[in-house]
Amino acid sequence: MPDLLLELFSEEIPARMQAGAARDLERLMVGALTDRGYLFEGIKTFGGPRRLTLAVAGLPAQQKDVREELKGPKVDAPPAAIEGFLKKTGLTREQLKVETTPKGDVYMAVIERKGRETPLVLAEIIPEVMAKLPWPKSMRWKPGIAVRWVRPLHSILATFDGELVPFSFAGVSSGTHTRGHRFLSEGKVEAKRFEDYEQKLRAAYVILDAEERAAIVFEGIKQAAFIHGLEMIPDEGLLAEVSGLAEYPTVYIGAIQDEFMDVPAEILQTSMRTHQKYFSLRDPKTGKMANRFALVANMVASDGGKEIVAGNERVLRARLSDAKFFWDEDRKHTLESRVEKLKGIVFHAKLGTQFERVERIEKLAGEIAAKIGADVTKARRAARLAKADLTTGVVGEFPELQGVMGRYYALHDKEDAAVADAARDHYKPVGPSDAAPSDKVAIAVALADKLDALTGFFAAGERPTGSGDPFALRRAALGVIRILLENKLRFSLTGSSDLLAFFADRLKVALKEKGIRHDLIDAVFSLGNEDDLVRLVARVEALQAFLKTDDGKTLLAGYKRAANILKAEEKKDGITYISEVDESLLPEPADKALHAALAKAIGAIGPALDKEDFAAAMQQMAALRVPVDAFFEAVKVNADDPKIRANRLHLLAGLRAALHRVADFSKIEG
Amino acid sequence: MANVQPKAKTFQDLILTLQNYWAAQGCLILQPYDDQMGAGTFHPATTLRALGPRPWKAAFVQPSRRPSDGRYGENPNRLQHYYQYQVILKPAPENVQELYLGSIKALGLDLSLHDIRFVEDDWESPTLGAAGLGWEVWCDGMEITQFTYFQQVGGIECDPVAAEITYGLERLAMYVQNVEFVYDLAFNDTFRYGEVFHQNEVEFSAYNFERADTDILFQHFKDAEKQCRELLTGKKLPLPAYDQCIKASHAFNLLDARGVISVTERAAYIGRVRALAQACCEAWLETPMGAYKPRFPSKEVG
Repeated sequence: MPDLLLELFSEEIPARMQAGAARDLERLMVGALTDRGYLFEGIKTFGGPRRLTLAVAGLPAQQKDVREELKGPKVDAPPAAIEGFLKKTGLTREQLKVETTPKGDVYMAVIERKGRETPLVLAEIIPEVMAKLPWPKSMRWKPGIAVRWVRPLHSILATFDGELVPFSFAGVSSGTHTRGHRFLSEGKVEAKRFEDYEQKLRAAYVILDAEERAAIVFEGIKQAAFIHGLEMIPDEGLLAEVSGLAEYPTVYIGAIQDEFMDVPAEILQTSMRTHQKYFSLRDPKTGKMANRFALVANMVASDGGKEIVAGNERVLRARLSDAKFFWDEDRKHTLESRVEKLKGIVFHAKLGTQFERVERIEKLAGEIAAKIGADVTKARRAARLAKADLTTGVVGEFPELQGVMGRYYALHDKEDAAVADAARDHYKPVGPSDAAPSDKVAIAVALADKLDALTGFFAAGERPTGSGDPFALRRAALGVIRILLENKLRFSLTGSSDLLAFFADRLKVALKEKGIRHDLIDAVFSLGNEDDLVRLVARVEALQAFLKTDDGKTLLAGYKRAANILKAEEKKDGITYISEVDESLLPEPADKALHAALAKAIGAIGPALDKEDFAAAMQQMAALRVPVDAFFEAVKVNADDPKIRANRLHLLAGLRAALHRVADFSKIEG
Repeated sequence: MANVQPKAKTFQDLILTLQNYWAAQGCLILQPYDDQMGAGTFHPATTLRALGPRPWKAAFVQPSRRPSDGRYGENPNRLQHYYQYQVILKPAPENVQELYLGSIKALGLDLSLHDIRFVEDDWESPTLGAAGLGWEVWCDGMEITQFTYFQQVGGIECDPVAAEITYGLERLAMYVQNVEFVYDLAFNDTFRYGEVFHQNEVEFSAYNFERADTDILFQHFKDAEKQCRELLTGKKLPLPAYDQCIKASHAFNLLDARGVISVTERAAYIGRVRALAQACCEAWLETPMGAYKPRFPSKEVG
């Protein structure tokens, strides 16, 4: 079956938009084709610096014929209604059929639409799809044409089954030509089928597939580094970005001058990454950063890259001179002396200056340190210095180095190592892949930092909304949760009910991400005020494990049955059964067995829960499985004798109460 | 640099080469505007001429002043007074990127040896109410040009869209001459850049940061704003009014460098300058030279 090839060729598309645009193009095209009744074998899209490409394989040459039956008004309906139906269907009264239905005779319209030839359909839908493509930012460029594209669009290549699909968009008519690499190829490239197109572009120094470009960069750096006995420091984000900045990525290695090598590696790396998009390399034996960097050019230079490397090295020298200047200047003043300067930095209009914030964090860190058994003096000291690096030149230039620089400057000032580490680690964890701090001093400061922000912003009415979280409070709350859980810290969270609810929400999200069933989380949460996260999570995890066992599943089924019966009967009777069992009214052995088992389980569950031995509590519940099953097997709850019926309902209420000590089983699905 | 052609050996050769190149492309070679301004974009040949239906092609050097970039002549590449070379082409020619690359070749760069990249960098001037989409152009990792398709000036949609190409001349010359300290640039065969401008940087840095009388400057700002408004009432004179807008903008930049404008006030001052620029642009479009009926409703860029 025939194929469609579409290429939209423009001036340089921002690297950050290419992948999204390719995905959107695919999504919109699939939607448009499906809407018109097309099935096809496959579709792929590619985004690059100057082009978006889409190839659809196995697209029928003809749209499917459509036969549609429309039910109309009754034959004796008012003429206006019949006129309206004729207008809607575009038929005459003679063309309508009459169908007899139980409600009388009605008109039926049978509309048959011949499928059109695919090129005609494509010529219609491609411009529509292009107009809908949601660029994050787009522009006008042609006089008098309001149509927008990310940058000026130069050509459209569109073929179906090797033939031109004629249409135009923004005054650009489709054709069968494109262009290769801006500098490494000349003239136009003609292509009518995807394989041919891809090969010709490759010959014209254009690698279509972003993943292939990334692989070329990755392998290129690996090999080039290996020659120097080095390895690359992996950087996924940078890899994706440079792959979007070159149609034909070429790796070159440059040197960093020795005078910069005593500047901390993080500064060098950040400067190279943010300003120049260079990859840092390291010595695989020592793990230390090497005096070489890898750059990715869009050029195979005729001199082997000598000029390119020399030019880049020169730019880097200027950049690193700046960085080194800041590093040298910064160390002339101690962090302690910088704390005062925080008075000049507003943290938030309603929450005062960074200085005021530091005073709060210092106090709070001391309190937390005392609770978790950290060195109080060190925690307070670390909290006092933790924000001082915000006034340094390096952090001014590279805000992402906050904390990291604080540690360097603290060590330079001969502060205690734990204090210096805490200055660095108190921001952690900054993302899902970042580790939570594990040293107690750092934990105290990290918790104080986050809790102060959360308490402050909540009090100031700056809660995150569905659309925005400008102060990263979700991240802060999740950070608190991770620090507590990962370090198994017994710590009561206190605060406004709003804030506690916010923590509960964040915890649910965090647990869901860990693969814990949301209904189990709800079941444990609805037990009520649990301010100890470690205990709460242990309970949820034990419950999840229990419900995976046969005992758990069967017991849950028994519980559901009991709960349903209770619900129905309680509604009928207008009372709530509360397990006031009369031992003299247990006629069957199954009654007696369940009663005995419940008494035993309730007696044991309590102490197990008190000891926080949730596994043992689950074990006790497991012991109820057999008697519960046997009970339902052997007896009829709604016995003819109202007293026995009431007593059995009390028995079931006992089961409900026992299980609810562990979790609210009514919230559990299954 | 190994491959430098004699064409742009010195700072002034660089300027002459660009002048000749863009003159050959049919550009008017205009002279710098005689008011102090932060960038070539403020030149009325850019701001005002970017608006309206009339085609426009011009190129010129514009001395640019950024008071807070003063470093007393001690920084290797930061200057409070420097030169921009500005090209404005309306409507933007279809081959404008090629035209630009032609200018780089004219300067003596062999494009088969260098890595030229167009890296996303959208431009915005809050004081002019102007915005556009474009790139910074990198040559071997060095930013040598700002390239922008204007979408809006003075809050008014541009139609046709103009392309603006801005070369930072000192930076470009440093690249071409392989010099790391701006004052070492050869201005011509005899004089170095430092001989021409070092004293200037030392004195103006002191003026910008220490000596400029802020009371006088605040008064200048108010006067310029008042005069601008007056010139736009009754029989409107948008060109003299726009001069006042430029003056207000520069007074604001000086006050900012003196550190007497707080963060909250800053936004308010920028808004005041923008209001003037907007009013000037609107009035310009009512003149015979600027007359224009917008075809598109005004909307945010993006």
